[in-house]
Amino acid sequence: MTGLWIGAAIVGLVVLPIVVVLLKGVLDAAKSIVPAVDSIAATAEAGSKDLDAAALLLTTQEQVKQTIAGVAAYGGSLDVILDDADPA
Amino acid sequence: MSAAAAVFILAVVLIVLALVYFLVSTILELRKIVAGLDRTIEHVGGIVEKSAPVNDVVNTINEHLDAGVAALEGLLVKKAGLRDAVGLVDGLYPGAAADGLREFPESTSVTAPRIGEVYTRGTLTLARLGREAPIAAASPRGPAIRDALYGSAASRKLYPAGREQGAAALPASPVIGADSPEQYERRDDIGQPRKRFPAKQS
Repeated sequence: MTGLWIGAAIVGLVVLPIVVVLLKGVLDAAKSIVPAVDSIAATAEAGSKDLDAAALLLTTQEQVKQTIAGVAAYGGSLDVILDDADPA
Repeated sequence: MSAAAAVFILAVVLIVLALVYFLVSTILELRKIVAGLDRTIEHVGGIVEKSAPVNDVVNTINEHLDAGVAALEGLLVKKAGLRDAVGLVDGLYPGAAADGLREFPESTSVTAPRIGEVYTRGTLTLARLGREAPIAAASPRGPAIRDALYGSAASRKLYPAGREQGAAALPASPVIGADSPEQYERRDDIGQPRKRFPAKQS
């Protein structure tokens, strides 16, 4: 009978608090991850939205092509109408 | 059942209840985490998808810009000479002569003339003509060839009547080229063998 009392005391006064503390630690850690994940998701969403303008790079690319073609045309004309520098 | 056994069973039941409560709560939080990660993965996928062509496009843009820089530097050096070209660049962007021209590595060793102070022949020619030359002095220490503030008299001599009478009514310059609004039919006989007329019978 004494052994049973000792066992009950150990389970109730030692094992139960330890289990509660450990499980509460796991739960608190899981709860602390949730806002971090939400923040990461919001950041990723904002980053994805910022990249919506990346498609305009194709327009920029085309504009650069046309600009360089115009520069080449003007350069060719200048090459014709201007004398070359005197050779040193 | 003895009191000790009842207390023992009560302690075990409490442990089981604590396990159930905390484990279920943890599962619910983990489900929230999974939902958040799903949203994150979705948006990260969007980022990857949208940024995929950026590298190629930017590389192409850089290639074109490099070609433009090379062409302009080549033209500048061809027309002005390497020394004056470096001086011109340095006049526009002070200190740029130290970096030199990209396509001409030897330009870094060129002593750049102070074209911002000693003016080129073309600038002096424009100043003597009375045009709107930005700088009208023969040398940094010499007097100005024309008064920069009241120099419009020289240009007025070129156009004493001001704007030409009826200039607004003159037809605009024609637009030429393949995309011009006026397209003319090409003659069919261009490029064809010359017509041979029958020989005269005498």
